[in-house]
Amino acid sequence: MLSLTLNGRARTDAVPDNLLLLDYLREIAGLTGTKTGCDGGECGACTVLVDDAPRLSCLTLAATMDGRRVDTIESLAVGGRLSAVQRGFHERLGSQCGYCTPGFIMASAGLLRRNPHPSEDEIREALGSNICRCTGYVKIIEAVQYAVRLCGEGLTP
Amino acid sequence: MNQITPAHNIGDYVPMIDGPEKVSGRAKYTADLIMPGMLAGRIFRSPFAHAEIIEVDVSDAARLPGVKAIVTGADCDKGFGVLPIARTEYPLARDKVRYRGEPVAAVAAIDDATAKEALRRIKLRVRELPAYQSAHDALSPNAVAIHAHRPHNIERDVLFELGDVEAAFASAALVREGAYNCAEVCQNQMEMHAALADYDAVRDRITVHASTQVPYYVHLMLAQILDMDMSRIRVIKPHVGGGFGCRTEALNVELIAALLARKAGGCVRLVVNREETFITHRGRPETDIRLKLGMNKDGRITGVECECIQRGGAHSGYGVVTILYAGSMLYAIYDLHNVKYIGKRVLTNTPPCGAFRGHGTVDVRFAFESLLDEMAHEIRLDPIAVRRANYLQAPTFTDNDLMVNSYGLPECVDWVERASGWTERKGTLKSGNGAKTGRIRKGMGFACSHYISGASKPVNWTGEPHATVTLKVDFDGSIVLLTGAAEIGQGSSTVLVQSVAEVLGLDLSRIRIVIGDSDVVPKDNGSYSSRVTFMVGNAAIDAANNLKAVLIAAAARKLDAKPEEIECLGELYRAGAQDKGLSFDEVVTEALKDNGTITVTGNYSTIPQSHGGKKYRGAAIGGTMGYSYSAQVVEVSVDEETGAVSVDKVWVAHDCGRALNRLTVEGQVQGSVWMGMGQAMSEEASYHEGLMLTANMLDYRVPTIQDSPPIEVGIVESIDPHGPFGAKEAGEGSLAAFLPALTNAIADAVGLRFNDLPVTPDRVFAALEKRSREAVRERNGGT
Repeated sequence: MLSLTLNGRARTDAVPDNLLLLDYLREIAGLTGTKTGCDGGECGACTVLVDDAPRLSCLTLAATMDGRRVDTIESLAVGGRLSAVQRGFHERLGSQCGYCTPGFIMASAGLLRRNPHPSEDEIREALGSNICRCTGYVKIIEAVQYAVRLCGEGLTP
Repeated sequence: MNQITPAHNIGDYVPMIDGPEKVSGRAKYTADLIMPGMLAGRIFRSPFAHAEIIEVDVSDAARLPGVKAIVTGADCDKGFGVLPIARTEYPLARDKVRYRGEPVAAVAAIDDATAKEALRRIKLRVRELPAYQSAHDALSPNAVAIHAHRPHNIERDVLFELGDVEAAFASAALVREGAYNCAEVCQNQMEMHAALADYDAVRDRITVHASTQVPYYVHLMLAQILDMDMSRIRVIKPHVGGGFGCRTEALNVELIAALLARKAGGCVRLVVNREETFITHRGRPETDIRLKLGMNKDGRITGVECECIQRGGAHSGYGVVTILYAGSMLYAIYDLHNVKYIGKRVLTNTPPCGAFRGHGTVDVRFAFESLLDEMAHEIRLDPIAVRRANYLQAPTFTDNDLMVNSYGLPECVDWVERASGWTERKGTLKSGNGAKTGRIRKGMGFACSHYISGASKPVNWTGEPHATVTLKVDFDGSIVLLTGAAEIGQGSSTVLVQSVAEVLGLDLSRIRIVIGDSDVVPKDNGSYSSRVTFMVGNAAIDAANNLKAVLIAAAARKLDAKPEEIECLGELYRAGAQDKGLSFDEVVTEALKDNGTITVTGNYSTIPQSHGGKKYRGAAIGGTMGYSYSAQVVEVSVDEETGAVSVDKVWVAHDCGRALNRLTVEGQVQGSVWMGMGQAMSEEASYHEGLMLTANMLDYRVPTIQDSPPIEVGIVESIDPHGPFGAKEAGEGSLAAFLPALTNAIADAVGLRFNDLPVTPDRVFAALEKRSREAVRERNGGT
């Protein structure tokens, strides 16, 4: 039995020992915002937050999440309004096709939760294992920097 | 009286209208569709690169409980392919397998584990044939034909000479020749290929969701391979996670999903993994180029001879078009006469290549701009001055009949020259701060490129308009824009909504867009060759003008005025400045009175002068309504001890005619430049005995955020006379220039020329070592 707090809600499921967190989120919990982009640990599209720290859900067994707090892209909007990082990626075009976006946003949210004022180098480092094929990353960096400003205005990351 | 004015958006920074879905996880891509009771599909692939099939034994797999359908080549004897002249590929191999990873059989089962187990029980018996991994081997005189109808493994030979090349070389002050090799590269879009097919056995209808750039081609090919009337097929394109050209053809993935769904009488989801996505391929072919240029002392190019050999892979795909683009697009950027082109598209036992961003033009542009740079130095002219000596004078037609109406290349060149500080900084970089550390050498390189705004004549020529858009207005006063244009992340939906809003003077929020469902939207030729903004944008403008006419007529009726007296201010229609007028909602209510729901259509057709020429076979390829232009300066640091090259900064100027949305234009240009950087520096598909060794995202190295430079974008607006609000393409034309700008910068930094791509640290290191060994040998008095 797996008992965890998923996007703020307590939840219990019977899961096989070898079930990946990624497949648990997508196929069992129906949270398809978290994406599968590769065959394991190559692209960062499946990044979620586990107790506020970014984690590749494709390299994590669901069963190991017992008692943990897991947040996915679906958890960020508050009252239907976009969070600071979401607004940054939307308004500054940090997202084009959108497929890598949930992973980038979760990695960025994780960064801003532990470091509210990252330098450009710290942003690059925090997003270094996420691949985007559309943007060339220029506007992703701008999106995160804009999110930092929005957080300063009181938005949550 | 009131201050109402029409709303404007063209030229603004407009966030993408489907952005909120993408940043919140609500956007559904094909693999996100979970239907009750759906079956899991899996593909059994050939472990052989080239073999005759003796038997595909699925009997053991069929006995496995939970297996609902198995299909093999025996289930479909209809070929498919994007070009009507080359439909010679089967969804599942018949008689022969031609590359490692080619689909041979497929299974639909109650779950993925069962489908996987079924694949393990499939037995393939073959007689192996010699396999050819390189174009050279496939062209050898005794090579076995990969396709019976192509006995020498040549998919297409192209030869044209316009002008007198020999005489041009004879009269030139300088003639130089170079040999170039560009590795095969893959789109590697973030979303892996996926399809969801749902067969309705009661009505004999099928609905297919596919991750495609061209739902229309998927529709055509489904009809072909299912041998089913097109009216029984519905194609839906959910959100698509990038394409870059690999999804401009119907892929075996969606065709196999459909075959499985029909056989199982139900719904099948087929999601292939990253390795299979690489093997499905349709990337840019490995290309060998021999280029010879003649130049006068003033930098004028007198003649061009270009030989281009592409390793096309095991099937035709877009091959004929790719090898033709490589030749025709020598033109339309500089004023060239006396051009000879020899192209060979070769069939090999590797996964089939296709149309990758910058289709056909990129590798040849790399060679051309590299050799120009080399010759500029030899003739003691600035590389920028050499380009200036060869500008076209628009409007004009090139020698191969390509129509050039707007030409912003000079402004692009001026912009990057100024922004990068080219003149002041280029010579001083090497003696600047970077140089003092000893092992780091800095340099700057320059290059240009161009691209089409949609092929003027679509591949499937039907005589219909190139694009059609429908607008629907109903009692609620909202405008619904219906289009088949495939949003794949490039911003097509946003630009179409902007276009309609601009014509009607309305805020974007008045307009909703419905895309990607063949039951609902008008047919579209799809998202390829950067056609959507130009073609569909013009159709959207036409539709909006037609709607405006309907609304003005209604307002005139209500206000008892003549239509020509009605002033449209977006939210207000009035007959003269003293009239208090009618709100948009009131005008709509009046317009609905006689006819109910209003639907209007807008069309766009290209003009015949843009269709290319007839001077050689295939000369229509390259014809477009408008060419985009790009100039780039790349600044690099080269570590002379390790061979590591880092790109410090890129300045790029792109002539997109008019920037309809500055935010997405910048994003597209930055993305293109960066994709060019991947090809130039690290990306390469490599094979061992036909097996793709790089079919994952660690071995196929795309640049990470840590490797990626700032890219400063200058937008040049040449205002094309035919473009929508003057616009041309922005999503492809800036890719090609990066490659030569990089190698030109490396040559500037360390004096070494790299004609083979990618320029990996290994290659740079080896070249630096070789040079220092030679220097030592020379100091020691010869060999």
